[in-house]
Amino acid sequence: MVLLGVGGLIYMGVRLAMGAPEVVSGPEVNLSPKVLPYYLCLSLGRMAAAYVLSVIFSLVYGYMAARYQTAEKILLPLLDVLQSVPILSFLPVVLLGLSAVLPQKLAVELSAIVLIFTSQAWNFTFAWYQSLTTIPNDLKEASSIFRLNFWLRFKRLELPFAAISLIWNSMMSWAGGWFFLMAAEIFTAGNKDFRLQGLGSYLQSAANEGDLQAIALGLATLVGTIVVLDQLVWRPLLAWGQRFKLGMVEEEIPPTSWFYSAIRSSHLISRIRRRVFNPLSRLLDSRLIKYQGSKESQLPPAGKRSYRYLFYGLGFLGLSIILYEAYQAMQLLLNVSLTDWGRILVGVLATLLRVLLALLIALAWTIPLGVAIGTNRRLATWLQPVVQVAASVPATALFPVVLLVVLKLPSGLNLAAVLLMLMGTQWYLLFNVIAGASAIPQDLKYTASLLQLSRWRRWRALILPALFPYVITGAITASGGAWNASIVAEYVQFGGQTLFTVGVGSLIAQATANGNYPLLLASTLGMILAVTTINRLVWRRLYRLAEEKFHMD
Amino acid sequence: MTNNDFLLELKDVNQVYAAGARPFTAIKNFSLTLKEGEFSALLGPSGCGKSTLLRIITGLQPPTSGEVLYRNQPLIGVNPHATIVFQTFALFPWLTVQENVELALEARGLPPRLRASRTLEILDRVGLDGFENAYPRELSGGMRQKVGFARAIAVEPELLCLDEPFSNLDVLSAETLRGELLELWTSGKLPTKAILMVTHNIEEAVFMADRIVVMEKDPGRLIMDFNVDLSHPRHRKDLDFEEVVDKVYALLAGQTQPEHEELGTAPGEPGPTRRLPKIPISDLPGLMEHLEKATDHRHDIYALADDIKVGSDQLLSLIEAAELLGFATVAKGDIHLTPLGETFAEASIIGRKEIFAARLRRLPLFKWLTTILRASEKNQQKWEVVQAALELEFHPEEAQHQLEIVVDWGRYAELLSYDDKSRVIFLEFGGA
Repeated sequence: MVLLGVGGLIYMGVRLAMGAPEVVSGPEVNLSPKVLPYYLCLSLGRMAAAYVLSVIFSLVYGYMAARYQTAEKILLPLLDVLQSVPILSFLPVVLLGLSAVLPQKLAVELSAIVLIFTSQAWNFTFAWYQSLTTIPNDLKEASSIFRLNFWLRFKRLELPFAAISLIWNSMMSWAGGWFFLMAAEIFTAGNKDFRLQGLGSYLQSAANEGDLQAIALGLATLVGTIVVLDQLVWRPLLAWGQRFKLGMVEEEIPPTSWFYSAIRSSHLISRIRRRVFNPLSRLLDSRLIKYQGSKESQLPPAGKRSYRYLFYGLGFLGLSIILYEAYQAMQLLLNVSLTDWGRILVGVLATLLRVLLALLIALAWTIPLGVAIGTNRRLATWLQPVVQVAASVPATALFPVVLLVVLKLPSGLNLAAVLLMLMGTQWYLLFNVIAGASAIPQDLKYTASLLQLSRWRRWRALILPALFPYVITGAITASGGAWNASIVAEYVQFGGQTLFTVGVGSLIAQATANGNYPLLLASTLGMILAVTTINRLVWRRLYRLAEEKFHMD
Repeated sequence: MTNNDFLLELKDVNQVYAAGARPFTAIKNFSLTLKEGEFSALLGPSGCGKSTLLRIITGLQPPTSGEVLYRNQPLIGVNPHATIVFQTFALFPWLTVQENVELALEARGLPPRLRASRTLEILDRVGLDGFENAYPRELSGGMRQKVGFARAIAVEPELLCLDEPFSNLDVLSAETLRGELLELWTSGKLPTKAILMVTHNIEEAVFMADRIVVMEKDPGRLIMDFNVDLSHPRHRKDLDFEEVVDKVYALLAGQTQPEHEELGTAPGEPGPTRRLPKIPISDLPGLMEHLEKATDHRHDIYALADDIKVGSDQLLSLIEAAELLGFATVAKGDIHLTPLGETFAEASIIGRKEIFAARLRRLPLFKWLTTILRASEKNQQKWEVVQAALELEFHPEEAQHQLEIVVDWGRYAELLSYDDKSRVIFLEFGGA
C-alpha cells in the first residue's frame, strides 16, 4: 500500500517532468578564488534552508504520529519506507518535474533543497517521534497533574526530553546533507545541465579542467567550513545538551567544548541573553499560557466528531488520488519494453554487486582499525580527530577528483563507482566499530586474558560477537549510502565526455538525459523496490538477531 | 445528601481491563469517602490496584464504571484540586529545584515575580533553601522527594495524594522525611485539607495515618477500613502501636485454608486458579531456617519482618509461598512451621530440592504444565504456546508472570528446563 503511494508520488513527478525543456543550460562556474566565499554562502544557504524545513516538518509530522492513533497507522509505515528509499534516485524526477513548472534557476535551487530535506527529514522525524513515545510515564502524569498546557508541555517536557537525540540527529543530518548537496550541485544528464553555483560545482569544474590549485582551495574551504561548524555549533550544542540527560547520575567523561565554556563565561553574551532572549521568551510565554481557572476547557463532543469526519474525508481523498496516480503509473509502465525491463534487472544486479563489494572492502579494513582505536586509548587520542576530519569530507565532493585520477586506469568508471560507494560508506562502519569495541566491558576483557585465549579464540568468542550489533547498524546505513552513490557514480560527464557503466543508477541518469520517461519511472521504481526488499529480507532480520542475541547487558 | 463535608466520594468503582480471552478485573466494587482533615492510608499488597485507584481519584484515568464525586460534583478530567507526590519523584531532570517547583505555578498562570517568591518560601518551609539552583541529579533521594513535596504543596491542593512516596528511599531518608511531613501536617502548616497515602508498608501506614483502608488483590477490593486512634508522635515500640500493626498483618496474611482450598484448581477447570506469589525462590530456605530456630517453631509475623529486615510486602509473598508448599501455616498473625517445613529446613541442599519437587508436583498450575509438556512431542513446548493457553485463565501480562514463576520454581526443583534461545520449555529427564 505504502509502496503504491510512493509509486504514485513518483509518477506525479514524472508526468510533470514530461513538460521539461529539452535543453537545460547550466550556470557559469567561476574558478577564481574570489568567488569561493560567495559559493560557500550559496551552499550553506541551501543547507540551512533544508534544515529549517526538515525541522518544521519533523516536529509536526512526529507530533501527529505520536498523538493520534489513526494518523500513526498511516504515517509510520510511510516514514519507514521513505527512510529506506535511496534518496538520490528521486533527484532526476524532482529536477525534471520542477523545471517543467518553474523558472529553471528556481527549480534547480528548489530541488537541491528538497533533496537535502529528504535526506534529513526522515531520521529527524523518527528521532522526535521516538522521543515523544518514550517519555517516562511519571513525567507525563506529573505534567497532567500540574496541568501543563500544550505550550508548557512542549517547552518543558517534550523538547528537553528529545533534545539530545535531536542534536545528534542534526549533526548526522548535516553530515549527510553535504553529500547530497554536492551531488545536487553537480548533476548533469546529457544536454540537461542542472548544475548550481556552489562549492560542489566549483570542485567539479576544477577537476574537469585539471586545475590542481583550485581543487586544493575548494577542498580546504569545504573541510574548513565543516570543522568550524563542528567546533562553533555542534560541539557547543552537544555540551549544552548534557543538561537534558535523563539519568540521575553524572557521566564520567561528559562532552565538553571550549567554545561553549567561552560563551558561558562571557559578559557580553549573558547581557544579550538578559536583554533580548529572556524578555522574548517571557512575551512568548505570556501569550501562550493563559490563566486556567477551575473551568476546564473542553471541546464539545460535536466539534470533535466533525473534526474526525474531516480527517477521514481528507484521508479518503488522499487515498483516491494515490490510487488514481498509481493506476496512471501502471499505464505508463506498460510502455516499457521487455528488453528495458531486462536492462533494469541487470542494472539492479550490477549495482548490487558493487554495493556488496564496497561493503566488503569497508568491513575488511574498518574492523581491524576500529578495534585498534576502540581498545587502545593512546592510539585513539591522535587517530580519532584525524578520522573525524577525513570522514567529514562528503564523498561526492571528492568524486570529481577521484575521476581525474582513476579514469585513466582500465575499467576506470567501474572502479571509480566502487570507490565512491566506499568513500561514502566506510566511515559509518568505522565509527560503529569503534563504538562497539570501546563498549566491550572491561571484566570480559580481563576474563579473556585470564583464560589465556589465543588471539583467534578471543576474536571469535569476544570481539566479533560484541561488535556484531554495531557492525549491522553501521552496515545498514552504509549500504543505503552506497545505493545512493550509484546515481552519481555510474554515469558521469567528465572532461567533455559522457561515460557510463552497467547499473540501475546509470539507467536512471540515461533516462533523464534522453527524456525517456517510462524508463525513468520504471528504473526509479526498480531501484526503490530492490532496496526496500533487501532491507526487509536481509537487514531487518540481521538487526533483530543482533538485538536479541548479541546485545550486551 | 446536602451539606455533607465529604471531600471525595467513590461509589462502586470498577476497573476492568479487556485484555486476553477474559476481562481482568483490577478493582472491584470499591466505595470510599474522604473527609476534610483526614490523613488516610490506602494499604495493600503489590498488584492490588491501589495505584490505579489513586489515578482514578485524581482523574488521570476514568474508571470503567462507578462514580467519582469531588465536593459532590462528578469529576471530569484531571482534578484541579488534587496533586500527587510520585514514588519515582517525577522531577524534570533538566530543571533546577526552583524551576521544578515554579513550573507547577507557571502552569496555573501566576506572574513570574509571584512565582519566584512563593517558590522560595515553600523551599524554605521544607528545608531546601540553599539548593534552589541545584539540579535533581545533584541531590540525594530524600532531597529529591522533598522537591516532589514542595512542588505538590506549592499549588495548594485540597487533596494531597502520596503514591508510595518513601518506598524508593533508603531507610534513614525515608524515616526523616516521614517525620518532617507529619510535623508539617500536624502543626497545620500544610495548605491541604486531606492527605491520601498509598503504601504497601504496614508499619508506615500505622505510623502516619489516622485511618487505614486495607485492600486485597485478585481482584483489588476493600477488606477493612478502620481508624488509628493513637496520638502523635507515635513510637514503634509502644504496645498500642504493635497491636495495630499486628492486627493488619494478621488480616493481610490471612489464615491457612484446608489444602484443596488453598491450592485452587488447574487452569481451565472450574474454580479459581491460585496465583503463585513472585518471590526469589532461593530466599525460601532462609525463612524456613529462621523459623526453625524460633521457640515452638512459631513466630509473630510482624516481629519476623523486623527480625529479618525485609519489607512487609515481600515477607507476605514469601509466607504465601511457604503456605502453598505446605511448609508453614498461618493463623492470627502468627506463622507456624509444619513438620514438613522442619524437615525441609534441616535437609541438605539435595534433600531440600527433593522435598521442594515433591510439593511442587501437587500444585495444580504445575500439574497442568507437566500435562501439557507430556502431551507434546519430545516432552517440550514453546513458551508462547503455553502462555497462550494460560491466557485463557489470566490476562496476558499476568499469564506471563505466572508462567515465569512456575518455570522458575520448576527449574529450582530440577523438574523443568527452559532454553532461552529457542524459547522452549521441556521436562527434565526422569522429571515429574
